[in-house]
Amino acid sequence: MSLTSPAAQPAAASGSRRSHAGLLQAWLPKLVLAPSVAISLLFVYGFMLWTFILSLTNSRMLPSYEFVGFGQYARLMANDRWWVASTNLVLFGGLFVAICLVLGLLLAILLDQRIRQEGALRTVYLYPMALSFIVTGVVWKWLLNPGLGVQAMVRGWGFENFRFDWITDPDMAVYTLVIAAVWQASGFVMALFLAGLRGIDDSIVKAAQLDGASLPRIYWRVVIPCLRPVVFSAVMILSHIAIKSFDLVVALTGGGPGYASDLPATFMYAHAFTRAQIGLGSASAMLMLGGVLAILIPYLYSELRNRRHG
Amino acid sequence: MPTFKTSFKKTALALATSVTASLAFASAQAAEVEVLHWWTSGGEARAANVLKELMEAEGYGWEDFAVAGGGGETAMTVLKSRAMSGNPPSAAQIKGPEIQEWGELGLLGELDEVAAAEGWDELLPGTVAEVMRHDGQYVAVPVNVHRVNWLWANPEVLEAAGVEMPTTLDELFAAGEAIREAGFIPLAHGGQAWQDATVFESVLLATGGTAFYQQALVDLDPEALGGEQMVEALTTFKRLRELMDDDMSGRDWNIATSMVIEGSAGMQLMGDWAKGEFTAAGLTAGEDYLCAAAPGTQDAFTFNIDSLAMFRVEGEEREAQHALARLVLEPTFQEAFNLAKGSIPARPDLDMSEFDSCARQSLDDFQRTAEEGGLVPSMAHGMAVRADVQGAIFDVVTNYFNSRDMAAEEAARRMVNAAQAAL
Repeated sequence: MSLTSPAAQPAAASGSRRSHAGLLQAWLPKLVLAPSVAISLLFVYGFMLWTFILSLTNSRMLPSYEFVGFGQYARLMANDRWWVASTNLVLFGGLFVAICLVLGLLLAILLDQRIRQEGALRTVYLYPMALSFIVTGVVWKWLLNPGLGVQAMVRGWGFENFRFDWITDPDMAVYTLVIAAVWQASGFVMALFLAGLRGIDDSIVKAAQLDGASLPRIYWRVVIPCLRPVVFSAVMILSHIAIKSFDLVVALTGGGPGYASDLPATFMYAHAFTRAQIGLGSASAMLMLGGVLAILIPYLYSELRNRRHG
Repeated sequence: MPTFKTSFKKTALALATSVTASLAFASAQAAEVEVLHWWTSGGEARAANVLKELMEAEGYGWEDFAVAGGGGETAMTVLKSRAMSGNPPSAAQIKGPEIQEWGELGLLGELDEVAAAEGWDELLPGTVAEVMRHDGQYVAVPVNVHRVNWLWANPEVLEAAGVEMPTTLDELFAAGEAIREAGFIPLAHGGQAWQDATVFESVLLATGGTAFYQQALVDLDPEALGGEQMVEALTTFKRLRELMDDDMSGRDWNIATSMVIEGSAGMQLMGDWAKGEFTAAGLTAGEDYLCAAAPGTQDAFTFNIDSLAMFRVEGEEREAQHALARLVLEPTFQEAFNLAKGSIPARPDLDMSEFDSCARQSLDDFQRTAEEGGLVPSMAHGMAVRADVQGAIFDVVTNYFNSRDMAAEEAARRMVNAAQAAL
């Protein structure tokens, strides 16, 4: 198009046309971006603000604007189920991110050994990511069901006392979420690390070898530190998957047994949309946002500062 | 650049015209009713279609606004957003105390004219009419009456275990033991909060009676909620867990019903919508499957009434809305709809010969308990208390039922807190 490549225009073009084109070229990116900026301002930040305002009101079934200060937050703090959900998020999020990183890195290192059929293997590990969490949830719900899945199978082999009934155990149900989520996401983390490994300059590794470093030492001291930006991206992606986890819980445990595997997102949905407590739901949404910021801002800050200095 | 500009203008123009066109379209359909509902399963959808045909026969339009899923949760979310944007449908499937909440917001229109012409005051039982009124005026019309306190059983399993249909809780536990020894699961159940609450309210009704049920789960009296009788109800409720299998977590109610149908489980405590599953499997009530009031609740009837609430509308749409309200209570629709839904008609004067023995028993009990004072709204199905209180009670019930070490006294204490915190 003539807009994007003014240089290609004939040299005979008049001066005024050229300056128009120049002006347009300067403004075009801004013009093109303006709608999406405006839309994100309204639909992301505007609605965040609105949620905050609602969290200060006594809204029940429909939003109202009768302000009650931080009353909804006080009710939230007194709510047993909220604490279960928050504790679960810490457990689930922490384990999910940590296990995914370790497993993903391990798989990537193993796959990086110039093995045969690497492409096929990579696809095998990456495939779970192509599924929606609903599918993952349903499949694992059946696998973990003591009467249908793994427990029944092992008992069928003759191990009559084998027990694997976490999904029906209020204390263990949250770990079933970790299992399913790790199964889904670790292949993706592996792909990230694999790309990172391929990006490492061979000469650094060769230099370390010349210095007589053992293979584990090379990985520990040279390769893994080089992967730091990848860890950064992986943590970002994984932690937001963890915090917004909703569909997985709904499909896998339904928040049960009781509400033992509830997460803040399911808590928020239940209260804001089905229990006619928009005020309380908004307060929990704001606390979720606060939690995300409390973790991400220091991390972002330290990572970005390091990169600037390094 | 001209191409970009004109195309932008064209798009803007097209958008603007389509918006105005849709607005004009909406206002031009005055003699239509738009009905939001979640009768989307096969039989229900056919039944809703009967209403549509009746409306069309009278010359009114019917705009179907069916929102599937989640026991109406999705539909409610859609309804709220429509109401907030100032464009509610003419009628929506809203029930129980939620009718009062919508009424308080001033969004519902009254139906007194139709009610007076059709004599609803004489037609409907007092308890039902009460639910349909806001501020003394009719704002909703009942579609059907479900009974929640039912026990369903597979006669072959009962026979194999050598037991009769239990009529008291003690008999239920005894029968359960016998069924287990015969190699079946005594009680089919799904571990979801609402199912736990459904069983709980039947147990509470059996151990405490209707007066206590009314005090605790309808009036939310803290003394009743935290008292001795509540502890007894909770303890008995927890004992029922021994009759259930270990794999019940998250199981849907219809899967539990199919366990009774297949004969892997003996009994199920569930509302009469379970009948739809038995019927769909080609079974006959009284022969292939048995129904009875939940043990110990023969003189009580926990009702769950679906109703259509009418939103405030103007002009011709109002006329169409009134026609809808009239047609819903007419025998043709009541019969067609309730045969499909497994429930009983909201008007007790219908010929019940088409209905099966369970439905006939349901209607007899409905009339008897309405006279004797045993007719109570179902807490588990949103007829007794508002959604927030109901949710808080669900939390306590399901948490207690699934916890390994929570004492009944502790659960009763939390019940009191739940009722207060949600107020």
